[in-house]
Amino acid sequence: MTSPAILVRDLTIRYPTMDRSAVEGVSFRVEPGEILALLGPNGAGKTSIVETLEGYRRATSGMVSVLGFDPIADAVALRSRIGVMLQRNGVYLTMGPRDVVRLFADYYGDRADDPDELLDRVGLSSVATTPWRRLSGGEQQRLSLALALVGRPEVAFLDEPTAAIDATARQNVRSLLREQRDGGVAIVLTTHDLDEAESLADHVVILDQGRIVAAGTPAQLTRADATDGVRFSAPEGIDVASLAALLNAPVTEREPGAYMAAVEPTSQRVAVIAGWLAEHDLALDALQAGRRPLEDLFMRLTQSAADTERQRADEARRRDRRRKRAAS
Amino acid sequence: MTATTTPARRRRSPRAAQTRAEILMTLRRGESLLLTLAIPVGLLVFFSLVDVLPTNTAEPVDFLAPGIIALAVMSAAMVGLAIATAFERQYGVLKRIGTTPLGRTNLLVAKITAIVVVELVQFAVLLPVGLALGWRPPVAGLAPALVGVLLGTCAFAGLGLAMAGSLRAEIVLAGANGLYLLLLLVSGMMIPLTKLPSGLAAAARLLPSSALADVLRGCLTKTVDVPARAWIVLAVWAIVGPLLAVRVFRWE
Repeated sequence: MTSPAILVRDLTIRYPTMDRSAVEGVSFRVEPGEILALLGPNGAGKTSIVETLEGYRRATSGMVSVLGFDPIADAVALRSRIGVMLQRNGVYLTMGPRDVVRLFADYYGDRADDPDELLDRVGLSSVATTPWRRLSGGEQQRLSLALALVGRPEVAFLDEPTAAIDATARQNVRSLLREQRDGGVAIVLTTHDLDEAESLADHVVILDQGRIVAAGTPAQLTRADATDGVRFSAPEGIDVASLAALLNAPVTEREPGAYMAAVEPTSQRVAVIAGWLAEHDLALDALQAGRRPLEDLFMRLTQSAADTERQRADEARRRDRRRKRAAS
Repeated sequence: MTATTTPARRRRSPRAAQTRAEILMTLRRGESLLLTLAIPVGLLVFFSLVDVLPTNTAEPVDFLAPGIIALAVMSAAMVGLAIATAFERQYGVLKRIGTTPLGRTNLLVAKITAIVVVELVQFAVLLPVGLALGWRPPVAGLAPALVGVLLGTCAFAGLGLAMAGSLRAEIVLAGANGLYLLLLLVSGMMIPLTKLPSGLAAAARLLPSSALADVLRGCLTKTVDVPARAWIVLAVWAIVGPLLAVRVFRWE
């Protein structure tokens, strides 16, 4: 048996200011050459877990180890072998990407990657000398990622690696991360984007309020969710065949007045069902989409992703306005 | 940009690379150059030529030059360091560097080296300006003056880091600049302490800024004669400042 790159056993983290645990009894492991996504809404405990692995926080109880080391006690031994990308990026404001990546490369000595080549890989060569504060949000994030990878880490911790990045650059970043994984790097990334977890991760751990609510490969998780379908109550004996035709999926009356539509429990599908009932003047008594806890969670995931998008858009607009004002 | 315009990269040790970065960033910070260089030189020239300060000397430059050097040391070691470090802390730069192999000792050494470089630039400008204005410091005083500058740098850097590591960056920005102005007025750098109300003067003598000004003035005017009290006050601050920084500094 090979030793895991990361081992988390029964991790609990409590903060004095919080009435519940930020993280409660979380266990998982990551092997070399594997991407694990910690997926959950804001406040799920993702960052607390990652910061414990990075050595910023102490576990209240439980055990964490990175490459067989304790992140706090063996911090010096670990620092040259891990790469960290923080949510707040943490880069000198007046330095340009080339200078910063070269500076960080020097921290790691011989094991460092070629900084100029890496800059090219993350698509920042054209802004190599632009000071950090004048880079766009996506450029800042790609630089931050480059800094996490420049020391050729064996383990990389990436907090929301593609959140502010546009679609093209996102594909770029994802292929870079897959390449790292294929080279044997163990990657832990946090995200509240279901799509991100699905497309990148080998394993997904879904967290809510500090606890693991589901874990598995992306395929396992989406399958588990899809088989549940949408359950609803309506008058007995509705025309299930016509609704099934509309949904292009089987609809069954499991007991008198209780129906099950074997469709993915998305809000669009739910809207189609509700619309069909309304059109036929049928009352909708109760509706349940998917397995409750997971569906609830996904709703909130989507919600918080939308909130973040909105915040980012607002921020970008504010920045543009500032820039225009400065230019005029 | 193409690869041909990319300057060749020289590999450096972590400490050398960080030191170089700190020096470049410090020298590029325009607003801090105003405080560390332009204002001290301006004050020295203006008040040496316009004799309106009660310096109690025939040549005001004899009184002013050592005081302005003390001001320069304070601005580089305390004000500049505090503001820059506070913003690095606020933007998460220090947090991020904490997980790299650079290490805290190298970071601290790099920052202090950058201060020393700024101080060398300050002396390289202030000394000829002072000489041109008629200042004639005794050669015998240079060595003890250097010791005074080192002690003062320790004291002020400690106080600067204590501020940077415990307060919000905006507060440090306002506070450090305010402190600069206050200490400039009450530390005998430009106005002799004897002109202050006696209570204020007694309190001011316990400040690291006035102790450094007294030491430098004792070393660098006519005959070398430094009151023991000034050495003691300065040495105590050189220990207390860094200890305070170690106690209160938070990395994030």
